[in-house]
Amino acid sequence: MKILVPVKRVVDFNVKVRVKPDGSGVDLANVKMSMNPFDEIAVEAALRLKEAGKAEEVIVVSIGPAQASEIVRTGLAMGADRGILVKTETTVEPLAVAKILKGVAEREAVNLVILGKQAIDDDCNQTGQMLAALLGWPQGTFASKLEVAGENLEVQREIDGGLQKLMLKLPAIVTTDLRLNEPRYASLPNIMKAKKKPLEEIAADTLGVDVLPRLKVITTTEPAGRVAGQKVASVTELVSKLKTEAGVL
Amino acid sequence: MATLLIADHDNTLINDATRKALSAAQQMGGSVQVLVAGHEAQRAAEAASRLDGVEKILLADAVFYGHGLAEPVADLIVALAPSFDAIVAPSTAFGKNILPRVAALLDVMQVSDVIRVLAPDTFERPIYAGNALQTVQVIDAKKVLTIRTASFDAAADGSAAPIELLSDRGDTGISTFVEETVVKSTRPELSSAKTIVSGGRALGSPEHFTQFIEPVADALGAAMGASRAAVDAGYAPNDWQVGQTGKVVAPDLYVAVGISGAIQHLAGMKDSKVIVAINKDPDAPIFQIADYGLVGDLFEIMPELQKALNASAS
Repeated sequence: MKILVPVKRVVDFNVKVRVKPDGSGVDLANVKMSMNPFDEIAVEAALRLKEAGKAEEVIVVSIGPAQASEIVRTGLAMGADRGILVKTETTVEPLAVAKILKGVAEREAVNLVILGKQAIDDDCNQTGQMLAALLGWPQGTFASKLEVAGENLEVQREIDGGLQKLMLKLPAIVTTDLRLNEPRYASLPNIMKAKKKPLEEIAADTLGVDVLPRLKVITTTEPAGRVAGQKVASVTELVSKLKTEAGVL
Repeated sequence: MATLLIADHDNTLINDATRKALSAAQQMGGSVQVLVAGHEAQRAAEAASRLDGVEKILLADAVFYGHGLAEPVADLIVALAPSFDAIVAPSTAFGKNILPRVAALLDVMQVSDVIRVLAPDTFERPIYAGNALQTVQVIDAKKVLTIRTASFDAAADGSAAPIELLSDRGDTGISTFVEETVVKSTRPELSSAKTIVSGGRALGSPEHFTQFIEPVADALGAAMGASRAAVDAGYAPNDWQVGQTGKVVAPDLYVAVGISGAIQHLAGMKDSKVIVAINKDPDAPIFQIADYGLVGDLFEIMPELQKALNASAS
């Protein structure tokens, strides 16, 4: 089995982003960028399947500008076998990303694509489901457990109120939730080794898909802030204020 | 403008999230029909038919629709899509799973987590864990939207709408339901509760959630929530997680207990009407957004709070 893991370069989760005053977007200059945390979980899940002898090859792919190759290298340093960068300078929406990934999945003849359930920049939570639709494959979204059972994949999903278990016929799509695993750190020797692993660059337009945006972003604004309230000294004061001042009891 | 609302239900009841998504759908103007896809879901369809202002209920009943599997349900929605200008679902685990699949099959870019309807084709949605809000206009002729339910009021009941029985569109055979473990609780549902008491890593164990969070939640008639740290540590079940990647809530009263207030957690609760923070660290970021902050040891404060609440109720 061959596994494809798409990874996205996003603003590091510890960074509090600033909205540009002119409403044109979020200020990304000199901001620390990292692999989307859910994608790290996806890489880890793929590596564990390989280590368990269920997969032969793990390919990481990213879509973006030249700098996105750093994220591919991170995946390689974690243990993926080879990387692909689909190069584009324009913003690509989840639908366009899914179309590009379909092209890559078909070219590489993979049987499983594991993706993060959402990217922490646009918070869309769409790409995996869209890719499943375009390939006509089943989807196991928000996965917290994963097992290959012959020609099938057993996926435990986090749903409202509890957990759901599904059996999917391979080839299939999985999107990862937080509890699936704890991703490994790349060791220094592995980071060095990763520099020698193959990383192929493809221009997005050679895949022949329409990547034009379908949403027009009119403005990006800062949400109304909340100001700090008051400190109360005791439980009695808290209950009395909740009752009389806030009126919520 | 004709909108198809995809109901999230358990084959018996229509949940609150669906009612809130209905309010958003109605703000777009035009008529709203509701799809109830399920198994032996007649009662859910009847409940949906009483939703205020809906034109018609479409009921598709088959074994393979019983657990909300994305593959057959998406095929069904795509088959219905030509008659509608917009397809709307609540941003629940069910809606988030199915709707992007529908959007891709229709070659439409979905707008996720709509928090405000500005025009029938223009919507506001949060990005970067709610640290920025984006206004987007949909260029595609058809709109596919998921609705962040914390941002809309629940639609009430009205006069009964007719129910039309659809024939099913068949199963895809590529996915099968195995089992579900859903905890049935008498508590209010987290995403629609008026009051929520949430615990963080400081609780230290699942037993402490039972011992210190639950009694106060009981006294308030509240739902229980948790920070990601507490869920990851196994102190609370995963569907209690409030935050950017968990549930987004906006109750009248949110009590954060032993939660420091990472931006990912704040993203899930900062629209609550009144926020109370209880934390022993006076510099915890949660105090910067709390209306009422109480600095101290939660293991002493919570029993005291429970007593005070019970006393004030009687």
